[in-house]
This record gives sequence, C-alpha cells and structure tokens, in this order.
Amino acid sequence: MAEARELTEAEKARRGWMSLLAKAPPARLAELWEARGAAPGFGWLRAPEVGGMMVRGRAGGTGAAFNLGEMTVTRCALKLSDGRVGHAMVQGRDRRKAEIAALVDAGMQGVEAESLRAELLAVLEAEMAAAKAARAGKAAGTKVDFFTMVRGED
Amino acid sequence: MYVAVKGGEKAIDNAHEWLDEARRGDPSVAELTIPQIREQLALAVNRVMAEGSLYDPDLAALAIKQARGDLIEAIFLIRAYRTTLPRFGYSLPVDTGAMECDRRISATFKDVPGGQVLGPTFDYTHRLLDFALEAEGLERPEAAPEAGAEDHPQMPRVTEFLNKEGLIQQEIAPAPAEDQPDDLTRQPLELPAARPLRLQSLTRGDEGFVLSMAYSTQRGYAKNHPFVGELRIGTVAVEAEIPELGFAIEIGEVVLTECETVNQFLGSKSEPPQFTRGYGLVFGQTERKAISMALVDRALRWKEFGEDDKGAPAQDEEFVLYHCDNIQATGFLEHIKLPHYVDFQSELELVRKIRREADEAGHQEAAE
Repeated sequence: MAEARELTEAEKARRGWMSLLAKAPPARLAELWEARGAAPGFGWLRAPEVGGMMVRGRAGGTGAAFNLGEMTVTRCALKLSDGRVGHAMVQGRDRRKAEIAALVDAGMQGVEAESLRAELLAVLEAEMAAAKAARAGKAAGTKVDFFTMVRGED
Repeated sequence: MYVAVKGGEKAIDNAHEWLDEARRGDPSVAELTIPQIREQLALAVNRVMAEGSLYDPDLAALAIKQARGDLIEAIFLIRAYRTTLPRFGYSLPVDTGAMECDRRISATFKDVPGGQVLGPTFDYTHRLLDFALEAEGLERPEAAPEAGAEDHPQMPRVTEFLNKEGLIQQEIAPAPAEDQPDDLTRQPLELPAARPLRLQSLTRGDEGFVLSMAYSTQRGYAKNHPFVGELRIGTVAVEAEIPELGFAIEIGEVVLTECETVNQFLGSKSEPPQFTRGYGLVFGQTERKAISMALVDRALRWKEFGEDDKGAPAQDEEFVLYHCDNIQATGFLEHIKLPHYVDFQSELELVRKIRREADEAGHQEAAE
C-alpha cells in the first residue's frame, strides 16, 4: 500500500464529496438528483459493478492489520459528453446510486459545482449530520452519572 | 464416502415446493418483509453478517427469510453469495479509536474520559417476558430522550491510560510493507497461524463455539483473569484507495463491536510485570461474540507470552481454528445424511463375514 501523501486542495475537496456520496442514503440521493431535472448525457467507462471490499481492522485497535470481513460496494466510471470523468465507489448494491454519485462527481468538476453543492451535497450533509447528532444525543442520554454512597466514617 | 445416485427428482421437486409453502406458513398471517427483518430482528441480521463475513444488512435479512430463521443456513447462503462477488480490494484498517459510539463501557475504570455510555442494552433489564409486545398495532415507542449532544464525544481508548504508564503490553502496527495479513478467503488455513489470521478466523467463527471456548478459560482451562477494559459499539467509516484517483475515500460506514480485555500481568527477565491484552472486533452489535473473541484471542497468545501449555482446548490453535467455522462444520456434519449406500453395504458385508467366522469357530470348538 502506498504511503499516505499530502493531498492537494482539489483532491481533498473531491475526497470529501465522494465520501459523502458513498455514505448517502440511496433513496434520498436519487430524490435530490431527480429534482434537478434532466441528467447530462454520458457514456460508461465502466458500467456499475457490484463487488466486495475486504474491511480490515487492527489487533488491539492499533496493532497489526487483520481481515475483518467484506462489505458490498458498487463502483462505476463515466464520461460526460464534454469529456469530464466521474468516478464512484459507494456502499451497497444499488447501481443507480453509483451512477448518480459518478454523475455528481463529474459535475462537481465544472460550472454546475455550485448548484450541486447547494442543492444536493449540502442538503445530504446537513441531513446526515442531523441523524448523527440525534444518535449522539440518545447515546449521551444513557451516560452514567456515578455518585458515591455516603460512607459512615465517623 | 457418499455416491451419486439417480432417481427421486420428482420427490425432490415436491419437497422443495413444500419447503416454499412451509416457509410462508399460514397465509392468513401477514408475510414478513426484508425491511421488517432488517429493522426488527437486527441482532439476528448482525450475527449473519458477522459469521457470513459480509456486511450488507439487506442481504442478511433476505438470507434469514429464505432460511426460515435458521441462522446457520442463512450464514451459509451469505458465504455462498460472497464467493460470487468480484473482490475490489482491501480497505485501510478502520480506526476504531474514532468510532461514533452508541455504547461504551469499561469494567476497569469508573471515571473514564468520555464516560460510561450504556446505549440500547439488554443489561439491567429483568429478563421477564414483556406481554405488551404480544399485542399487535402497538403504539410506537417514544423516541429515547436526547441529551442535546451536538456530536459524538471523543472516546479515548481505555488501554491507552495504562499504556501511558507502560503498564500494559503495547499494540504497535508493523511497517506497511510487513503489515499485509494473510486472508482466509484467499488461502487455506495453515498452522501455525499468525495472530491476524487467528483474529479473522475468530471474528467469523460460530458465536456459540467461541462463547464456549471463552467460558472454558473462565472456568479454569487456561485461566487468564480477564477484565473488560473496554467494550464499544458504534459506527466507523471505511476508507479505501481508489486506484484511478490515487487517494483514499470513505466508501461507507459499518457498525462494529470492539472489546479489549486487560489480562493478568506477567513479567520476564527483560520486561517488568505488565498487563496483557485480548482483542475482539466483530461486525454489528454483537457484544457477546466480541467479548468471547477477546478471551479466546488472549488464550491463544500463550506462546508469545511464554506461558505454560496447560493442554487446555482454548490454547490449542488447531482445535479452535479448525472447529470454529460453523459452515465447514455443518458441511461435514450434514453430509453424513446423504446416501452412503455403498460404504454401508461393505460394512454390512464385513460384519456378516466376521459373525459367520465367529460362528464357525464356535461350532469347531464345540465339536472338539
């Protein structure tokens, strides 16, 4: 495996939206995408393909790597008619989700980036953050407050 | 050995049709949907994902439905399915230190930074049947109260506190070039197995088997005095390299259960006395399995720590690793119900021959 290198700002941004799209709820992603109207024309570089990714963990959390088990993922690559290339690797077996994610990835590299950010990525981000916050809140509600029983020392 | 036989096709077809009908059960009762199984039998789904070794809740729910709730059969279906998937690669090791915890408890430190968080646990329930659940069309349970957290708090590892004082054996990642674990799904298991291979084997091992092995160590067979240093359940992001891009992205999120045990201290001529560790990491909310895995992992590390071989089953790598896989076990066990007519005929002949010879010898003795 390659040593981690410093990413450029553009790569960091792309990593950010691709990660968000990979984790997005498929139905909501499709809904937000379709609300934008007609999809741009494209051709497949690699049609959506379902496969397995072997997830690794580390012994003791920080020690030697080991293979924990696979997860399902779907990947694809496409090229818009203007030549921009979009990639996607998303969790699950939803080919449509991978297609939309790759279309958004390609779109983010051009003029529609701003509207995609506002109408799709920012919305998903906010909703996913809200779901996480609700979960964090429930967890916090089960945090134990210990108190020491009065000890009769005198 | 069993032999191929012809015939019975009609009987088999009819048996499978009856199986389909039996799976559906009484048609006047509503049919289960995959989302119902995924949402309402989530812990069964988690077990099937862990032992099927494939994280996909919808597929696990489908397998449970198809298998009529027989979880080992469902795990078998998932294992068979996963062999059909092209392997896209290996993720970066997940960072469980950054887990967004639903649950996080320590049995060793009361006032652990980040706090003791119970999560949606069966602990402290009275284990009395709740007949209210028997009624249909129940009111939706009230949403659990939220304590106004903006985000999941940082949960530092409990073992790190001991580590800072040098009181516990450290877990240090090897250099990247050496940090390439063997993969059970690519090479057959060979012994002796390095710890990464043992952990892969245990995490997909049968919960009942791993639990019993762990329990045997508690009862005295290779006792190693475990404390649950930390148990955490929550969500972690999975990152993987995208070769076309030359960098890693998050490709999804998984719920994991992690257990770190703190075990009896030992020292040697070169090392001062210190605690040792066992480790469990399992797909889904599966804490019984994760704790069991940590205990068995620790028992299997006896050589590394220069402990005595007490001849305990849980110390025996071959015994544990070759018997923990319920799909291998069930495959070999259940094959004996298939036609063995030829084998059995020869055994039958042999017994008849021995008896005939014994009878003849008896007659001769009587005649003499």
